[in-house]
Amino acid sequence: MKRLLPLILTTALVLFSGAALAADVVKLGVVFPMTGPAAVYGQNGVKGLKLAQQHRPTVLGKKVKLFVADNKSDKVEASNAANRVIQKDKVHALIGCLTSSNSLAAAPVAEKAGLPMLSPWATNPLVTQNKKYIFRICFIDPFQGSVAAKFARDYLRAKSAALMIDISQDYCVGIAGFFERAFKKLGGKIVLKTHYNTGDQDFSAQLGAIAGAKPDIIYVPGYFTEDALIARQARELGLKQPLLSGDAAQAAELIKIGGKAVEGLYLTTHFDEKGVTTDSGKRFVKAYREAYNEAPDSVSALSYDSYNAMLDAIQKAGGLQADKVATALGRTKDFPGVTGVLTLVNHNAIKPAVILKVKDGQFAYVATVNP
Amino acid sequence: MDGAQLTQQIINGLTLGSLYGLIAIGYTMVYGILRLINFAHGDVLMVGCYIAWFAAVQFGLPWWVALMGSMVLTALLGVIIDQGAYRPLRRAPRISALITAIGVSFLLENLGLVIFGGRPKAFARPEVFNQIYEWGGVRVLSLSIWVPILTAVILAGLLLIIYRTRVGMAMRALSRDMVTVQLMGVDTNRIVAITFALGSALAAAGGVFWAMKYPQINPLMGILPGLKAFVAAVLGGIGNVVGAMIGGLLLGMAEILLVAWLPELAGYRDALAFVLLIGILIFKPTGIIGQELPE
Repeated sequence: MKRLLPLILTTALVLFSGAALAADVVKLGVVFPMTGPAAVYGQNGVKGLKLAQQHRPTVLGKKVKLFVADNKSDKVEASNAANRVIQKDKVHALIGCLTSSNSLAAAPVAEKAGLPMLSPWATNPLVTQNKKYIFRICFIDPFQGSVAAKFARDYLRAKSAALMIDISQDYCVGIAGFFERAFKKLGGKIVLKTHYNTGDQDFSAQLGAIAGAKPDIIYVPGYFTEDALIARQARELGLKQPLLSGDAAQAAELIKIGGKAVEGLYLTTHFDEKGVTTDSGKRFVKAYREAYNEAPDSVSALSYDSYNAMLDAIQKAGGLQADKVATALGRTKDFPGVTGVLTLVNHNAIKPAVILKVKDGQFAYVATVNP
Repeated sequence: MDGAQLTQQIINGLTLGSLYGLIAIGYTMVYGILRLINFAHGDVLMVGCYIAWFAAVQFGLPWWVALMGSMVLTALLGVIIDQGAYRPLRRAPRISALITAIGVSFLLENLGLVIFGGRPKAFARPEVFNQIYEWGGVRVLSLSIWVPILTAVILAGLLLIIYRTRVGMAMRALSRDMVTVQLMGVDTNRIVAITFALGSALAAAGGVFWAMKYPQINPLMGILPGLKAFVAAVLGGIGNVVGAMIGGLLLGMAEILLVAWLPELAGYRDALAFVLLIGILIFKPTGIIGQELPE
């Protein structure tokens, strides 16, 4: 009974306070793409957040409540959704968005409202630049692009590369630029740059042009649907070059849609269950597999980390004052995340990148690259 | 660009163009008879794809059974949409029906998101269509050969219905003057329903072949092919089924050749399609082989 007493008391406390005082709830706004081209990421992200909430339901003795708002993978909807959770749900802090384009649209809204916003997955450097309240738990694209370039030069021994860039995504334009710079610096040559838009389905013309340029590799840092279709059409057109992509390609659907064509595709990303280094990471992988019966991906792991980093910051701030939480977030140091131990420098996380390869219909771990 | 590459790009253009044409035929037929731009055509196409996906991928039925089933069920959907959304507006100004069509389009897209979810599904390509033939560095997917053949068959069948049957005669009459046709004792609602059923079945057929070429489906997949088919239909002369086919081929070819010659400008290929649309509307609103409008 003695051991049960605190439990009963806390339960009673939570029940009473939860019912009596709305202010005793920590409200986190989650602005994720639940529908549209990036829906897979949003849905996996929410899985990660729900698991994190299950593992750690309270902070400072207050219950945490998530307010998920769908940004429909759309820039305008992203800022609308951020406004909605801030004004209607009166959230204390935001987690989101996932894609860089959406985060770039939502960040000014959070910044203006003076609320801390933590993005799990937006890697474009502009997202946090010159912002006081915007942070991210992932590395940024100058790093990811240079890792990809180094991998292409040293491991794939590529002398020349062709780029296929989704010009409607800030992420793709950004990372392709950083790759190009790093690849050239390492002595590589960019033989062709061609473009497409999110939602395009026919890439035969671009690939036809690439076939003429005869590069050693094709760098396609796009989203998984387009990457899968590009891979299929490339193989149909007889292109045999290795494909190299970025973190946006890491989704089970890449392999489901791409089938045999994506075999041998390499990608740089944040997290893979086989490359887990931390204890919390191992626990997370186990719990995630038990809860959802599938392997966690980068977005779910980063969302899990975002939740915990946000709660740590609230804990350290000792309250919900936005300024204090933001300051504490910015001082996140040696945070034992499931995606690795990380420290925030200038609002961005410094942490290792993982390289994966599609092999036998699965993502296989290739290497970890430290910053 | 050497000869083989140019040939390859022309084949790529024909492949894409024949798909645009196939979808544009249904679009233009409904317009030709009802003078209604059915903006929901692309979304009806999406529903057709999902039906085929359930039949072929989930229940493992042969692809042609899935295709037939999808065409029949999608035709039924077309009739339901007409009865529910367009029939009450038959006597309203044309713009009301147009706006309703946009409403139906949004309704289908969002229903699709609720029912099927936003995650794309992998569509299967049957073995017959998955062969690759190669001559001197030029590669052709067997699907790319079948699509124009099937399109030609469908086109012939459609022309047969429109010009050689009583229903077709009623359809043509209806496109001239609905009230008079009614006075002559034709059940216009039945004819309109048949038109929608045919148009939607064509959308399903176009969608299924589209999804076989680009093997993923999602609730928003119909938007782009729908818009492109609209451009193709206007290009060829809206209301004219043969024109739609030609418009589709021209559009596909233009898009591919733009990218082939100027790969740096590949991001503007959609812009090119709409510039073409604007251009044709300004300089030759009746399209390439469209007739002069009566009014």
